[in-house]
Amino acid sequence: MKVGLFIPCYVDQFYPQVGIATLQLLEKLGVKADFPKQQTCCGQPMANSGCEQDAIPVYHNFVDTFQDYDYVVGPAGSCVYHVRKHFNIIEQTPKVEHVRENTRELFDFIINVLGITEIPGSFPHKVGLHLSCHGQRGLHQANESEMTPVRDGQLKRLLTSMKGLEFTELDRNDECCGFGGTFCVSEAGISARMGQDRVKDHVRNGTQVLTGGDMSCLMHLEGVIRRGKLPIKVMHAAEILNGAIL
Amino acid sequence: MSHSQRSDIFLLDADRTTWHDETLWFVRQKRDKAVYALPEFQDLRELASQIKNHTLSKLDFYLAQFEEAAKRNGVQVHWAADAAEHNSIVLGLIKKHGATRVVKSKSMLTEECHLNPHLIKNGIEVIDTDLGERIIQMREEAPSHVVLPAIHLKKEDVGDTFHIHLGTAKGNNDPQQLTEAARQHLREKFLAGEVAISGVNFAIAETGSVVVCTNEGNADLGVNLAKVHIACMGMEKLIPRLSDLSVFTRVLTRSATGQPVTTYTSHFTKPAPGKEMHIVIVDNGRTKQLGRPDFRASLKCIRCGACMNTCPVYRRSGGHSYDFTIPGPIGAILSPNIDMRKHASLPFASTLCGSCTDVCPVKIDIHTQLYKWRQVLAAEGEIPASKKWSMRLLSSVLSRPGMYGLGGKVARQGLRFLPHGLTHAKGYNPWAIARELPEPPKQSFREWYAQQQKNS
Repeated sequence: MKVGLFIPCYVDQFYPQVGIATLQLLEKLGVKADFPKQQTCCGQPMANSGCEQDAIPVYHNFVDTFQDYDYVVGPAGSCVYHVRKHFNIIEQTPKVEHVRENTRELFDFIINVLGITEIPGSFPHKVGLHLSCHGQRGLHQANESEMTPVRDGQLKRLLTSMKGLEFTELDRNDECCGFGGTFCVSEAGISARMGQDRVKDHVRNGTQVLTGGDMSCLMHLEGVIRRGKLPIKVMHAAEILNGAIL
Repeated sequence: MSHSQRSDIFLLDADRTTWHDETLWFVRQKRDKAVYALPEFQDLRELASQIKNHTLSKLDFYLAQFEEAAKRNGVQVHWAADAAEHNSIVLGLIKKHGATRVVKSKSMLTEECHLNPHLIKNGIEVIDTDLGERIIQMREEAPSHVVLPAIHLKKEDVGDTFHIHLGTAKGNNDPQQLTEAARQHLREKFLAGEVAISGVNFAIAETGSVVVCTNEGNADLGVNLAKVHIACMGMEKLIPRLSDLSVFTRVLTRSATGQPVTTYTSHFTKPAPGKEMHIVIVDNGRTKQLGRPDFRASLKCIRCGACMNTCPVYRRSGGHSYDFTIPGPIGAILSPNIDMRKHASLPFASTLCGSCTDVCPVKIDIHTQLYKWRQVLAAEGEIPASKKWSMRLLSSVLSRPGMYGLGGKVARQGLRFLPHGLTHAKGYNPWAIARELPEPPKQSFREWYAQQQKNS
């Protein structure tokens, strides 16, 4: 199985440790992934701003970069969702279809492709799980409170196997953090307020480590946490699993 | 002003924003409880969606069927191409009866057409009889929500308003006493009403009857006391059969407020002896929206307001921040059809979190339509030039791996060595109004990876 590692642009530039953790975690789970260096971005920043047409060369770069891999795996539900859902505006050649179908979010890949549902390890902390909307509602990686009272999801299951890990019971299980891509600057006031409200929920309910599958939400929440000098550590779930795995 | 600018005004009162958010979140939670309690709810949504899709696909047929059935019932049917025609038809009917006192039950359509100012200008007294509507009518405000029109107001605000308009004691904020004052005031108006205007929740093609859902019974009281009933409806309100109605009554109020059904579900089929019943069917842009394949599903909307209650943006920006009759996510996909330039910022007033789509009882793909409106708006030149050019620049960097690697490095180094006061400067970096920028690492992932490859 040939796996291409997709490290979104902002993770590459600002959170290399998340890319490293993803690569190492996959390796520990028996997958040696490649990082093709001509990759850049999924094109979502332009497309969500209404400039989908400007994103087309970026889409082609993505497809050309990853066409020879069986799977493309990235630690970011939002970017994966964009590739799968919105690359529909370019011609659907066999390589485009192949890349769209086989671009998978990291934890979805671990559970549904590798068939791994438990990761032995220990992480004795109170963990607040932030569900990324695009991972949850877009890729259906977690149950939605709009549909069911059952709080289940891929990442929650994987983290449940960590010894000593306790989940924070949030007042609002899956409210958006307010990042929203360019929304975070074009609607800065609302975006900030949403982030502050989400962080308050974690503070109120005792989160020590805030985690999730999407570093973009976490970047925004971390920005709020650091501004408030709050005692919450922010980690991508790949970092937790990679660090704790036995 | 853009949505973002109007939101900033709302956000200035942080406590009120918290209160507004929590009030609507409470309604969303009531909706969740009602939905969880009904195992077939998702099937009902699917059924409701299919019935609406079907109806919209044969709207010409069902409109004709409806008109014929209504006429058979002795109802007079009028067609209005736009708001102006609607208003002139309604005014004409009122004048024909020599009436000057009109009572109106809740109707978003008449809000959309700005009927009240038109009637008042022509010497007609028009009284909104829904309590929330009456409150905002006194305050000369627009509704801020489709189901809860005065949800932006606290009981203190209502107390002040009633003190001025109804003479209640200053500082009396007791909800029960205020409601009683409104009740007495409205009772007089009901008794004096010569013409009753109502909205329409559902129009049934096979029977020609209209169905109005209220919690206050104000539509029934108004219609039954007045000589003339004028029901105003958008042309998308149709459903084919009476038996289809139960699907909608089951999802409508559960989605709206968490109630199993509205207190009153009133069917109006024919005029009582000696009275008149009129139905005004309005287009006002709906045909145009029906002609937009990407956006026609927005016409399935049954105005439950669930997308507003769940929207994390709406809850924190208030309904008036949308500056459109229908606020919230559904308003953001309906409004550009009416005036693209005026409402250009609305499809951007969303994180595309998708919660609106998930609560919608008729399965409108709201967040996908928001995304698609953004594309249309940019193509039509209705986004800020700064955004347009920065996206072009970004694209040229991101489609060239070499330039991207270099650009990233330069930006990171810049962030590392520029002083915090500059990178987080107020007025220049909107991110920094409430957030720290990530601490730029020495090495990007790709630089680390290349080094690893070299070392191994």
